[in-house]
Amino acid sequence: MSEFTGIRGTVWFRALTGQASPMSGDPKSVLTSDAPIGKEQARFLCVVPDPHGRFPCARHGEVGLEEAYTLATRVREVIEQCKNTIKRPIVAIVDAKSQAYGRREETAAIFLAAAAAADAYGSARLAGHPVITLVVGQALSGGFLMHGYQANRILAFDDDGVMIHAMHKEAAARVTQRSVAELEKLGKKIVPMSYDIRDYAKLGLLYKLLHVENPEKPSVTDIRNVQNELAGAIADARGGPVDLRNHLESKEALEMRKASLLVRSKLEAHWLEN
Amino acid sequence: MTDKRYGANFIHRQSFIELDARERATALIDAGTSRELLGPFERVESPWLAMQGVTPQEDDGCVVMKGKIAGQAAVVIALEGAFQGGSMGEVSGEKMTAALDLAYADSKKGTPTSAVILLETGGVRLQEANLGLAVIAELLGSILLLRKYAPVICLSAGMVGCFGGMSLAAGLASYVVMTREARLGLNGPEVIEQENGIDEFDSSDHALVWAIDGGEQRFATGLIDALVEDDTPQVVEAIRRFVGEGVPTVHRSSQVTLYRSRIGALDTSRQWDPKELRTLWTAKSATEGKQ
Amino acid sequence: MEQIELTYPAKRKIPKRAHVGVVGSGDMEVLLEPAEGAVAHVFIRTSVDGFGASWKAVLDRFFAKYDGAARIQINDAGGTPGIAQLRLEQAVEVSEQ
Repeated sequence: MSEFTGIRGTVWFRALTGQASPMSGDPKSVLTSDAPIGKEQARFLCVVPDPHGRFPCARHGEVGLEEAYTLATRVREVIEQCKNTIKRPIVAIVDAKSQAYGRREETAAIFLAAAAAADAYGSARLAGHPVITLVVGQALSGGFLMHGYQANRILAFDDDGVMIHAMHKEAAARVTQRSVAELEKLGKKIVPMSYDIRDYAKLGLLYKLLHVENPEKPSVTDIRNVQNELAGAIADARGGPVDLRNHLESKEALEMRKASLLVRSKLEAHWLEN
Repeated sequence: MTDKRYGANFIHRQSFIELDARERATALIDAGTSRELLGPFERVESPWLAMQGVTPQEDDGCVVMKGKIAGQAAVVIALEGAFQGGSMGEVSGEKMTAALDLAYADSKKGTPTSAVILLETGGVRLQEANLGLAVIAELLGSILLLRKYAPVICLSAGMVGCFGGMSLAAGLASYVVMTREARLGLNGPEVIEQENGIDEFDSSDHALVWAIDGGEQRFATGLIDALVEDDTPQVVEAIRRFVGEGVPTVHRSSQVTLYRSRIGALDTSRQWDPKELRTLWTAKSATEGKQ
Repeated sequence: MEQIELTYPAKRKIPKRAHVGVVGSGDMEVLLEPAEGAVAHVFIRTSVDGFGASWKAVLDRFFAKYDGAARIQINDAGGTPGIAQLRLEQAVEVSEQ
């Protein structure tokens, strides 16, 4: 198993909101709070480990059934509050190990819970809320699909402890029958396979990579800088479309996602022929 | 309950599962109206597979076919389970996203265009890892856009099933149709066994796998909208029916209060017999919970 | 993955293109398209290295009977010579329909 402590999520949640507790009635693994960014109150959400959580396979920072439905509830609450008023920003702080892998989870349809979380974040974005993701640690696989990937702006720390990936290293090595070292070497050649956040940045999916001196013990300056960057991302999101087309518009994407762009232009041309 | 699979008309069935992705898409669209977009002769293949020594397929395992279903505009997006396990790569994922976005644009302009997605997939294609995950996030966003204007119907026929990130696509769908042979879940049994051990999930226990992920269970617990036999006319009829029904008043993935309370009510101190859930989560109570 | 290219003489134009098969384990897809001139080009990509002679034998046998001016592409995921023969014949059948 990859080392994962989930410390960073709590640290940054506290740094940006001044506290670190769940809302009333929520599991301890989901932190939700409203706190200022610039002149407005943003809603911050984060999934953290809870060693005493109800579900045994979701105690180490995984996004499980309770986490997914709690995120969905707290995001939908903001959509509802802002129905006829200015759309408040939503900030997902991400340091999530993965989705929860358990039999109870599958039996109780975690696929639907996962969809409910993605639905809530995506619907908030489509309703005009700036949805900003700040990756402070790990953002893996289904965990990231539920919590973070529906954002219209994604920021991540430029730090070795940050990882965005489809599958954690050990599992990917097992499935592809390679050693972890071989996998890392392959990542140098095949950019989408890399575990390095700087390579991930080359895919054109990130709004910004942020330099932070100490991600586990941020200084006042670090925190202020991150707050400013979040404010910048919020303003930028408000000025752009609500869909995810920005994924393909960055200069990195023009290089790295040529195949995607070719698919779109050709498919559109075929679609319009009659 | 009798098992109809072995009934007298079994041998007269026209299996849907045995069809490949292109044949499946053709079967679902009204005769004489189908047109494949970005087909294999366009040769838009994965740019990532050959450099890893894997033979690409010219359509990247994703068939996009436009036409009419029950007389209404529709697009069918069919994943080919036999190619790389139906996994989502940059090209196959972008084909799906682009097709959904074009259906959305037409729907918004006044021609409601349903999308039918045929899910035979284990999720992200590992050779394209981060781009696979990204295209899944993007296509989920596109489903959310389209489903406000026209129904998005997911069909999992088998035998690959629908797992990984693509199970979220089924979760977001307006309607989900499965056969008994199909399976739907976020994590495949092998993955759970690897992550949390054989005591958590014995992936060799096929009866258990189907008891949890199988179409019959998913239908009996109100998580999908139709269970069909592996019979092409039955599958076609179900898809035509849901195209006709249009956009549902509430999507399942938006019924957060209902499902959150259901999860809260479960006794998590033990594993459950999947049958228990059939009493707790009937299709009827799902309708009652609509807000 | 290995790439193999072969060329054969051709005598006639072919009516239309054809696509058959899937790049699934033990199988392959074949794309057959009309080409200019009195020649047929075959491009093979196979996941199994070191079987160039077998491929040549299969194609030699196929072109002993087939005389269409075609561009044939085979994407193979470990199909046997028997499967290759079958897929090629299916492609011709579709193309001549």
